[in-house]
Amino acid sequence: MPEIYDVVIIGGGVIGCMIARYLSRYQLSILLIEKEADIGMGASSANSAIVHAGYDPVPGSLKAKMNVAANSMWDTLAGELNFPFERRGDYVVAVGSYELSKLALLMDQGRQNGVPGMHLITAEEMRKREPNITPDVSGAVWAPTGGICDPFAVTIAAAENAVQNGVRVLLNTTFEDFLMEGKRIVGINTNRGMYACRWVVNAAGIYSDVVMHKAGVRPEFKISPRKGDYYVLDREEIVINNVLFPVPGTAGKGILVTTTLHGNTIVGPNSRSQDNPEDNSVTPGCLDEVWSGAKKLVPSLNLRHVIALFAGLRSTGNAPCEAPGVDYVGDFVIEIPDQVRGLVNLSGIESPGLTSAPAIALRVIDLLIDAGEHLREKRDWNPIRPPRPRFRDLPHHEKARLVNEDSRYGRVICRCEMITEAEILAEIRAPIPATTYDAIKRRTWLGTGRCLGGFDMPRVVELIAQELRIPQIEVTKRGPGSEFLVRPTKLAEEHYDS
Amino acid sequence: MTPKEKYDVVIIGSGPAGLAAAISAKKAGAEDVVIIERDVEPGGILLQCIHNGFGLELLKTDLTGPGYAQTFIDEARSLGVEIWTDTMVLDMTTQRRVYATSKIRGFLDFQARAIVLAMGCRERTRAQVRLAGSRPAGVYTAGTAQRWVNVEGYLPGKRVVILGSGDIGMIMARRLTLEGAKVERVLEVMPYLTGLTRNYVQCLLDYDIPLQLRHTVRNIIGKNRVEAVESVMVDENWNPIAGTSEIIPCDTLLLSVGLIPENELSRKIGVRMDPIVGGPYVDDNFETTIPGIFAAGNVVHVYDLVDWVTEAGYLAGKSAARFAMMERRKEIRHIPLVPGNNVRYVVPQEIDKQNLEGNEIRLQLRVKQPVDSPVYIEVRNRDNLVKRKAEPYVRPGEIVTAVITPKEYDEVNRSDFLQIAVVAR
Amino acid sequence: MEQTTKMICITCPKGCTVDVTHDGATVLRTNAGCKRGTEYIKKELSDPRRMVASTVRIRGAIHPLLPVHTAAPFPKPRLIDLMAELRSIEVHAPVKMGQVILENALETGIDIIASRDMERIR
Repeated sequence: MPEIYDVVIIGGGVIGCMIARYLSRYQLSILLIEKEADIGMGASSANSAIVHAGYDPVPGSLKAKMNVAANSMWDTLAGELNFPFERRGDYVVAVGSYELSKLALLMDQGRQNGVPGMHLITAEEMRKREPNITPDVSGAVWAPTGGICDPFAVTIAAAENAVQNGVRVLLNTTFEDFLMEGKRIVGINTNRGMYACRWVVNAAGIYSDVVMHKAGVRPEFKISPRKGDYYVLDREEIVINNVLFPVPGTAGKGILVTTTLHGNTIVGPNSRSQDNPEDNSVTPGCLDEVWSGAKKLVPSLNLRHVIALFAGLRSTGNAPCEAPGVDYVGDFVIEIPDQVRGLVNLSGIESPGLTSAPAIALRVIDLLIDAGEHLREKRDWNPIRPPRPRFRDLPHHEKARLVNEDSRYGRVICRCEMITEAEILAEIRAPIPATTYDAIKRRTWLGTGRCLGGFDMPRVVELIAQELRIPQIEVTKRGPGSEFLVRPTKLAEEHYDS
Repeated sequence: MTPKEKYDVVIIGSGPAGLAAAISAKKAGAEDVVIIERDVEPGGILLQCIHNGFGLELLKTDLTGPGYAQTFIDEARSLGVEIWTDTMVLDMTTQRRVYATSKIRGFLDFQARAIVLAMGCRERTRAQVRLAGSRPAGVYTAGTAQRWVNVEGYLPGKRVVILGSGDIGMIMARRLTLEGAKVERVLEVMPYLTGLTRNYVQCLLDYDIPLQLRHTVRNIIGKNRVEAVESVMVDENWNPIAGTSEIIPCDTLLLSVGLIPENELSRKIGVRMDPIVGGPYVDDNFETTIPGIFAAGNVVHVYDLVDWVTEAGYLAGKSAARFAMMERRKEIRHIPLVPGNNVRYVVPQEIDKQNLEGNEIRLQLRVKQPVDSPVYIEVRNRDNLVKRKAEPYVRPGEIVTAVITPKEYDEVNRSDFLQIAVVAR
Repeated sequence: MEQTTKMICITCPKGCTVDVTHDGATVLRTNAGCKRGTEYIKKELSDPRRMVASTVRIRGAIHPLLPVHTAAPFPKPRLIDLMAELRSIEVHAPVKMGQVILENALETGIDIIASRDMERIR
């Protein structure tokens, strides 16, 4: 007998986890399945980390509506889920007089989308706010409702709050097919067995088209993965105060230069279509493209300051906007389709997907209610996800207190980012356990500093092995197949295969 | 062992520089010398450099890395140097207050009369050479691989490509081969070998490992574990030459692309850094721009021979000891003034014994609570009364002055500290 | 049979590439620039030796491996066998620097000795 749930969510990215979190408020049994060894390993942890103000999406599109509706939810959400979030505003920086003339269009579009508080600022004011900005700056639009976050922290916080409130999360579990009775979905089949349910939420991101096609939904719809490369610059070498966009061209928002909550500056992303949904490697030879775009805004950027590179894949869809009179292809798909019963279908969630996540979750709830679901609130739903201490952020006397309480806070494992053994163990033992090196890295920022893990790697591998009671050669970077070590060096002769 | 409140010389790092500094500091007369080491045992990077070639110049003997370290660890211990292992320095102030933490010792907060920065260096990473491609398991710096192979006891890969013909890379090529891995290629972006010829012969030629100059890695292939690297030939501007790309199957890419002095702490306290070298500005005493903070070894610049690191450490340690001794003398000279009963604060907070030649020392204080009846203001050296002044009343809003005159100087000179208090009349 | 090959001399930092004509084990002619170089070439051809560093398993110490090295240059052709021999050894802490771990390895008369102290820990 397969386990029975009210709702199964396919996909543990920020969208799936946020839906799980908001749905966990109701008396529903919910299962979230994620095919990787950790949640949030797709686009959710490889993006610009920006909570967009919302002037960019085409007016009338679902993207625009979701973006603006969600933007104002972030302060409360950050307070409830205890993840770092800051509103500094977005800047669209015009270089030269032609670009200056385009700023009025942006203001107008922002107004149409309902973005509050946007105004034009002079070149001089821009220079004051951002001393490193190009001397050729001619003016800028400031959208004060823009913000920055740590996107993985948002995802894990939402997921943990969901688990706190009864949601079950299964990692390393891959959706294979729907179980149907006629046109009604009654469950799913996965690599770990079958699960029965009344509703399936398709939040499978880059594979969401594959999932919906298995239910016969939107056969003409296709996800075209679009890669963006990013470079991370050392916060000791360059300080950028704000989120800086160029005046948009045709291929999306352009190469931006933005500060992050981490203090480091990131530049990127470019935009390159590809077929392979699995390939998130940084494209060799794309550095020039990203770099020249970035230097247009901040000429003083220096390649020597690069301390990390990463790439993410956007789930770009080809769905036309549903709103009448809006001529736009590539809008969000958030629907309960007619062709089958029991599917909430989400797809094409690229930028501003991260920003829109809480509004998307609420919209899913509305769709379920419209479809006849009687959602009864749990009396004991707890929206607060308790924070865990970050040793490095504490003043000395607080550090001392922590160390006295738990001596494992006294052992610093990652020197560059000041991450302690206790924090690492806390993540391995968390509601959604971190069992790989990258999972710990995403949660703590361990290994993201200048030495990129050079010092901490052997120690973390040892810690994970001890905690999980597995041999060190089974500890992985990102799940099965990514083991760090091959074998102990001194096996007796007969174990050598050469 | 409970840490003291104040140490003469605090040394950060127990590699060759730190060990040498500790030894010479002790020999130069510093009493309380402690080395703080983040690893589980002292010796620094030498512990994983198990090959020989260390000490030829300085000790006229050919030692392995661990052997070289052992020699200095033994001497340091025999001189009474304290070594705290598994302890990380978190922060320092320009006044040489040190904050550190360790599982066994807890949170540590203490004062140093002099500090020697000896944190060594770290390795350049794939990001710092802007190596594109995927981010699978199997991309390691040569030093991390060396730690695994020589200390932790694990082989990090079976088929290896090494980027960089520096000595660390070549030595790891030999080491990995001897432990049963296959080193497919060593790639070097320069048109010349960057390490010693001796290592080229004994690490690469001996094991038929091909070296390709003017080559670099353009792409890393493999999602979970390295599956191959794409090598490419480059021109004088390090641009890839079209048509020279080669896919080399492997499961490990070792990076031996340079060392960078490890100056997180140095930057934090604000010593002036040399942007070209990547280490602190130092004078010929190895003192940084902050008085009492010295630096030696690879943290200053990357050396080629450990023998010279030791020499630098010796000099820095001696300078640090000298500074610490001067501080001790100053401390003995300074007499703190401690607020006693009903005294909120007193200025100055310290008297310098040197000034006891002068005319008078004017103390000014504020009381905590008003007293509307006559009181005495008393300055005492423990139980001995040094000075007494009568006041009809005292109020917090009005500053009270007491003057120490040459008559009282003898008693003051005998004091470790003086207490000033309001006493009923 | 006469062969000519190039060899790199490593006796000093110059690292000269030397043309060597030999018949397998005997040097017939070389253009080495100095006497030390000639001696090195001769030795390399007739009896190449290397100082070798490796590790052996150790129990009861802070790490699972003890670094060891050959007390004198070891015959190069026998290195692989030496490595295999070392894999079969396990020692117990405490060990002292210089302690003989493997006496007269492979009958060469050369000992393998510990490169450092390793204390016994619980």
